Amino acid sequence: MPVFAIAAAGAVTILAVVLIVLALVFYLVSTILQLRTITAGLDEVIAGVGEIVEKSAPVNGVVTSINEQLDAGVDLLEGLLVKKAGLEDAVGLVDGLYPGAAEAGLRNFPDSTTVTAPRISEVYTRGTLTLARLGREAPIAMANPAAGPVLRNATGGSSAAGELYPGGRQSGPSNLPRSPAIGADAPDQYEQRDDIGAPRKRHPGR
Amino acid sequence: MILWWIGNAVLLLVILPVVVILLRGVLGATTSIVPSVRKLANVAASGSQDLDAAALLLTTEQQVKQTVAGVANYGGSLDVILDDDR
Repeated sequence: MPVFAIAAAGAVTILAVVLIVLALVFYLVSTILQLRTITAGLDEVIAGVGEIVEKSAPVNGVVTSINEQLDAGVDLLEGLLVKKAGLEDAVGLVDGLYPGAAEAGLRNFPDSTTVTAPRISEVYTRGTLTLARLGREAPIAMANPAAGPVLRNATGGSSAAGELYPGGRQSGPSNLPRSPAIGADAPDQYEQRDDIGAPRKRHPGR
Repeated sequence: MILWWIGNAVLLLVILPVVVILLRGVLGATTSIVPSVRKLANVAASGSQDLDAAALLLTTEQQVKQTVAGVANYGGSLDVILDDDR
């Protein structure tokens, strides 16, 4: 009897250990497989990130170069505008084209933020004020005697445009349809409205 | 003998369930990482493809240089033919 009891207890112990080992093997092998999948996925991630790093490496230098070029262009145009139109009118022109830009002022002219921008765009269209500020050849420049005498004959200047068409003005095709005949003896008579010729209706006074 | 049976009971009723619960937790956590890694791989591949156009920045740089050079020439001509502000 004691021998059977010892054998039974030993068998149960062995069974328990085997169960524990089986559980360890199953779950650890499953975990290893999942970790292998993760490793493969991370390899793809690393490859993609490496491509991103490689492709974006020259972006910083190129964008910096582009910004430097654009800064030079802005400096040039601002300087030219202020030189030709004056600081006050330059701020007015910029504010006319981009409302609200006068508050920010011109980048290379710190005094431009204190200038009261003239409301140029409220009086003239953009094209007109551009012509007015760019030269004395525009007829509108006559309104600004401070800029000097105008160079263009504003009254007789239209003949200059005619020189562009030495062959004469185009008359169009010769066989155009005739205009419809109207009047009391017209071939097509329409019903006359009763209100034509009658006293005009007057609305009650407000 | 009684202690042996008690030990067997502890082994089967306590240690084995604790081992299984812990291993299931580890496996569950590991499994939950896999979809995130796959998403990361897809995002990295897409980001890499999006940056294929970055090479065109070199063309943009050249065009900006040419444009600014043209503007500079035009501005220089305007500076010559237009009167300065008084």
